[in-house]
Amino acid sequence: MKLETKLITGRTAYQGSYLENKTNPKYFEECACCEMNPEDLNKLGVSVGENLNVKTAFGEVVVKARENDGNPEGIIFIPMGPWSNAIVNPDTGGCGTPGFKGIPAEVEKTDKEPLDMISFMRTYYYQ
Amino acid sequence: MSELIIKNAAVCDPLNGINCEKMDIAVKDGKIVESVSSNADTIDAKGKLTMAGAIDGHTHCAGKINVGRLMSPHDMRMNPVNGLSGLQPATSVTRAQAGYNTPNTFALGYRYSKLGYTTLSEAAISMMAAKHTHEEFESIPILDKWGLTLFGNNWQVMNYVRDEEPEKLAAYLAWGLRATRGFGIKVVNPGGGEAWGWGKNVTSIDDEVPDFDVTPREILVELAKANEDLNLPHSIHVHCNNLGKPGNYETTLDTMKIMEGIKAARDRQVLHLAHLQFHAYAGNSWREFESASTQLADYINTKDHLTFDMGQVIFGPAMTMTADGPLEYSNARMLHSKWSNKDVELEDGAGVVPIVYSPKSFVNSVQWAIGLELALLVDDPWKVMFTTDSPNGGSFVNYPEAYSLLMSAKKREQIIETLPELAIDRMVLPGIDRELSFYELAVMTRALQSKMFSVDTIGHLGIGANADIAIYDIIPDKIDAGIEHEKVKQALSATSYTIKSGNLVVQDGEIVSSPRGKTYWVNASGRVPSEINEVTLKDIQNNFRKYYTVAMSNYVVDDHYLPNPIEINTQEA
Amino acid sequence: MNVITDAICPFCGSLCDDLTIKVENNKITDIQRACVLGHNKIAGVTDHARIEAPLVRKDGELVETTYEDAIERAAEILVNSKRALSYGWSSTSCEAVSKAIELAEETGSVIDSCANVCHGPTTLAVHEKGSPAASLGQVKNRADLVIFWGCNPVHAHPRHMSRYSMYAKGFFTKKGRKGRHIAVVDVRETDTAKIADTYVQVDPGCDFMLLQAIRSAINDNEDVIPEIVGGVPKETILELATMMKEARFSCVFYGMGTTQTRSKYKNGDAVSSLLYDLNQYSKSVMIPMRGHYNVTGFGQVCNWETGYPNAVDFTRKFAYYNPGETGASDTLLRGDVDAALVAAADPGSHFAQEAVKCLAKIPLIQIDPYHNPTTELADIVIPAAVVGVEAEGTAYRMDSIPLRMKKFIDTDFKSDEQIVTDILEKVRELKRGA
Repeated sequence: MKLETKLITGRTAYQGSYLENKTNPKYFEECACCEMNPEDLNKLGVSVGENLNVKTAFGEVVVKARENDGNPEGIIFIPMGPWSNAIVNPDTGGCGTPGFKGIPAEVEKTDKEPLDMISFMRTYYYQ
Repeated sequence: MSELIIKNAAVCDPLNGINCEKMDIAVKDGKIVESVSSNADTIDAKGKLTMAGAIDGHTHCAGKINVGRLMSPHDMRMNPVNGLSGLQPATSVTRAQAGYNTPNTFALGYRYSKLGYTTLSEAAISMMAAKHTHEEFESIPILDKWGLTLFGNNWQVMNYVRDEEPEKLAAYLAWGLRATRGFGIKVVNPGGGEAWGWGKNVTSIDDEVPDFDVTPREILVELAKANEDLNLPHSIHVHCNNLGKPGNYETTLDTMKIMEGIKAARDRQVLHLAHLQFHAYAGNSWREFESASTQLADYINTKDHLTFDMGQVIFGPAMTMTADGPLEYSNARMLHSKWSNKDVELEDGAGVVPIVYSPKSFVNSVQWAIGLELALLVDDPWKVMFTTDSPNGGSFVNYPEAYSLLMSAKKREQIIETLPELAIDRMVLPGIDRELSFYELAVMTRALQSKMFSVDTIGHLGIGANADIAIYDIIPDKIDAGIEHEKVKQALSATSYTIKSGNLVVQDGEIVSSPRGKTYWVNASGRVPSEINEVTLKDIQNNFRKYYTVAMSNYVVDDHYLPNPIEINTQEA
Repeated sequence: MNVITDAICPFCGSLCDDLTIKVENNKITDIQRACVLGHNKIAGVTDHARIEAPLVRKDGELVETTYEDAIERAAEILVNSKRALSYGWSSTSCEAVSKAIELAEETGSVIDSCANVCHGPTTLAVHEKGSPAASLGQVKNRADLVIFWGCNPVHAHPRHMSRYSMYAKGFFTKKGRKGRHIAVVDVRETDTAKIADTYVQVDPGCDFMLLQAIRSAINDNEDVIPEIVGGVPKETILELATMMKEARFSCVFYGMGTTQTRSKYKNGDAVSSLLYDLNQYSKSVMIPMRGHYNVTGFGQVCNWETGYPNAVDFTRKFAYYNPGETGASDTLLRGDVDAALVAAADPGSHFAQEAVKCLAKIPLIQIDPYHNPTTELADIVIPAAVVGVEAEGTAYRMDSIPLRMKKFIDTDFKSDEQIVTDILEKVRELKRGA
């Protein structure tokens, strides 16, 4: 089952708390996650803590499922960080700033595990 | 030990009564001296017009000019005045330059120096953002600066005025000048700024300020008295209520009249009226709009308690910026222009709006005439300071254009011919044939400033003065400025030499060195009895505890921001 | 023991200046009144793993070197590049920014700040329409209506609400939260929305439409408003407009929800245009919720020193500005820069993937106190003191009020300002030699 959603990325206090501490595993934990409405999790048959593959036109990334009933159905949230930015829209539309919010994204359950910060950077950016 | 001798200078130095006399000027260690040794460097002025470095007594050069920059990236490429505007690459001596009305700090320093200016008076320091003003001061090369601190809508000021506490008022002003490292007291639309906190304004000097139970009249008079009690070098510096409105000259006259009884602590005015052109409008509507310069000049010619500056308009794009928040909003609505606003808690406001003064507009044409009329109708040049309220009436790089207008009736006539007929009906300029001399121009751009700000080391070339010197490519007795106005304009646009504190900074119109300037500030705390200071501090602390969003200790500008300070202590004066 | 009062927090644009820091034997032993973000940053100076020494990449691995060597290598990279990118400078002092601009001018580089991926569009909106703003104390002392639009201060600016906006009590607002209506406009019911009086849920990318609809209502053009705009019923739009018109003083705080979404800078323009009309009826101001504590300061210094607030290209020795071309992301996306200097920011984390890929390919110099994703891509790493904790300097709050950050403890690490000054000196030396 794949769910069509829109992706929002942004600050959380938890991600922000590790802003100057990004080698800490807690930073990985607070960023490599995806907040979804409980109904959406049900639709996917995913429990909190299980793994999701989130795919956009710009890439895909594996993150842990989290629940947030403040998210309307069809809207998912990944805290700002390397994981979210692997799949945001790099196009600036001629005004300098990429599209970090409102990106169409396809979500499905996966058995793959999220990559920790250093593995992530090496996998995605080392040639 | 640096020595310099300028030979064959045609010196025009009104403070010393010298009117274009050929003489030598000796400079040692940044000061003008009687004589120097034979080892001194020599500049041969070849009979050229030589004046003290000019002083811009009312300019917006640091602080909210940055809001103007942010609103006008297009301004950076604008290049209507060759050599003094637009983008210019970095050189081995200069940093990259940009802009016209809102140039970057480096361009400000270089271009003012090219015009022969050596000192700037920033027209408004917002107290809470004073560090910002000083950061920009430090970034402007070559020139010396000071700034006037905004007090006209300050809660603590209004409270003391209402509660009739003149001693505490003076103590607060002294504290505020120290906290902001300001030079003097600026009053902008008194009471109107506070009303603007609620989107409102005041419309006369007798309107009540909402919630504070005071009137602009009371604020003005009490600030003027406190100014003299503190023996400040400058008088209060006032931007009247009702700027820019038809019929506002009556408010301006009221403001002048209420100051008649104030006793000056020093040999200077008790009131300086800023950019009088914007306050010299008759008529009850824009349709009826006309010049009121005669009404104002008639009054000023009979009185000795005030000075004013022109606020001359230059045709073309300009950027208005003022602490008068409500005015800028009405400007923006009227001009359908973009609008920035910046209210500051407990203190004041500001607004920035771009404008274009068009010679095709009847109102703009009359505004252009009024500035000149005021300068020419007031007989005594020692009451008239030259300004464009840069960049409100136009960028400072246009000063030579305005000088030549003051010096040539023919030039004025040529322009008036092209203006709308309706405008010509509403101005008195066509009937004025007075032409200023270089001597009078030197009064309005240097000598008067020295007197009105009580800084006796600048604005003249006497022994002991700072060696701030401008030499222009003009042989005074071989030019008729009335006819050769274009030549005058060109010569005054780029000095042959500008010397700042004894250093050669401009040669043949190009920057040759870029030393750092100094910042003046006024310490009046010695005039405040310690017991008064203590109770006033308690009130200040109370305001910080309850209402401000910064701590008092973080509000005060510390020494770090004035690496080259000149402290003027009013106790010693 | 040394107690530092009125200490300034170097985390977010709220720049809280009421912290008390206790220091014993050059160790911070107590941090009072900071939020979790500020606390972790300040405590982290000793608690978190620092980059202990300058590093240089050899055979794919970062190995230790000296400051002198790292600075010389950095200078060589910059001198040899045709067009380098200097990026970040938002979590550092204005004094460091000023030096960085001088270095960019000297080396013919492009310089840009974190606003590129943050409030850059807000800057463009100011170019277009201006910005009716106020200091935060105006909100504290006067506001009876506060609207948080596309921002979530509970998470991003935790003390903003108690110090300035939601709960603050001031001269005309003695009742604090009780006398103030709080509205939140967002695409999700954030933790800020949960404590607001009114929550308006807008569909992603529809902020511009909603703002224009409210503006139409303000101008009594109700008839042109459709029944639903961006998922928001017309009735709610009219209520919002009435609320704004009837307030004595309102403030719109706006965040990434306006700048990083569809319509980008047009959203800020729309807020400004709305207020341009609204102020005919009632006082209203707008304040951007700036992220990095001194990203505002970068904009200020860059504006007065170059004429432009960010994205300045010195390739031609004068300042050239065109954010969609000279912005950090765009220069990287086009592969238009051949080296990069990154300081006080982490593009490895916060840039879109395609931009990061370019960073990974070119020589990259990093100046930072901590190991972060950018370090993984860097070729030279120069450790720095933490400004606002180990070094002093000026920072500008989100409302452009400048404050002087204090130094709490001593360090052997060089400050950003010192590092840039050293690189600049080395660059000039190399250029003279050439």
